[in-house]
Amino acid sequence: MTIDWTHFTPWHALAGGILIGVAAALFALFNGRIAGISGIVAGLLRPMRGDNAWRLAFIGGLVVAPLAWRLFAVLPEARIDAGYGTLVTAGLLVGIGTRCGGGCTSGHGVCGLSRLSPRSLVATLSFMGAGFATVFVVRHLIGA
Amino acid sequence: MHTLMSFVAGLVFGFGLLLSGMSNPAKVQGFLDLAGHWDPSLALVMGGAILVGLFAFRAAHLRVRTLLGGVMRLPVPHDLSKPLVLGSLAFGVGWGLAGFCPGPALVSLGTGEIKAVVFVAAMLGGMLVFDLIERIRGPLPAPAE
Repeated sequence: MTIDWTHFTPWHALAGGILIGVAAALFALFNGRIAGISGIVAGLLRPMRGDNAWRLAFIGGLVVAPLAWRLFAVLPEARIDAGYGTLVTAGLLVGIGTRCGGGCTSGHGVCGLSRLSPRSLVATLSFMGAGFATVFVVRHLIGA
Repeated sequence: MHTLMSFVAGLVFGFGLLLSGMSNPAKVQGFLDLAGHWDPSLALVMGGAILVGLFAFRAAHLRVRTLLGGVMRLPVPHDLSKPLVLGSLAFGVGWGLAGFCPGPALVSLGTGEIKAVVFVAAMLGGMLVFDLIERIRGPLPAPAE
């Protein structure tokens, strides 16, 4: 392992992380809910009366964020290396996996760990471990 | 008011993902590439978020009602289960393959990135497949997290 110092952005990462924490805090204290994005999306796929507006509003906030950002600053770089076939496979795995596991990086990783939930710790270690292993196989074993 | 706060929380969350670099799949994969040139930035994203979250959720769990007077709907403890681990492993594989998890993928929709549209469509498809399997196998669990 070598540390990639040229791409290491500690202050942006920390500040962005704090903003994510503030968002989760606002949502917990004002709305009484966990800011778990996979769960918020999944709830729309089996809609219940009176349960959709807050979900759509949260997702709307996420989608509007880059548009609002662009009014004041240049959007940060985003590069998607995966091809379309990989994106479809990955999307299906993320969709099924987050439902089966009951959460994703936000629900388990941020909110669950903040709540000191043992389930979320197990989930986070599982998806982190699988993520590390997948990138290792793709980049260093198959050598894509 | 609840809906407005929900929008604000989503917006701030989205700004956080953009600022932190989480919305850049190449950076996420740089974090997951322990054996290559490792970019540890995203560990600090999680650290920063949890730092705030620890205090916020401690306060939230002490409250009976929300600051808007609504009902607290924070999850109650469940047992560890096999689906939790298997599902999370599958999610991790997908995350590693594309560098996208659900939040950043939704944020990238707003940048008009066609690849994000494809990913999100497949993700919704995956969620529907899971619901379908659950419906065949038995009663649906409530979407909590």
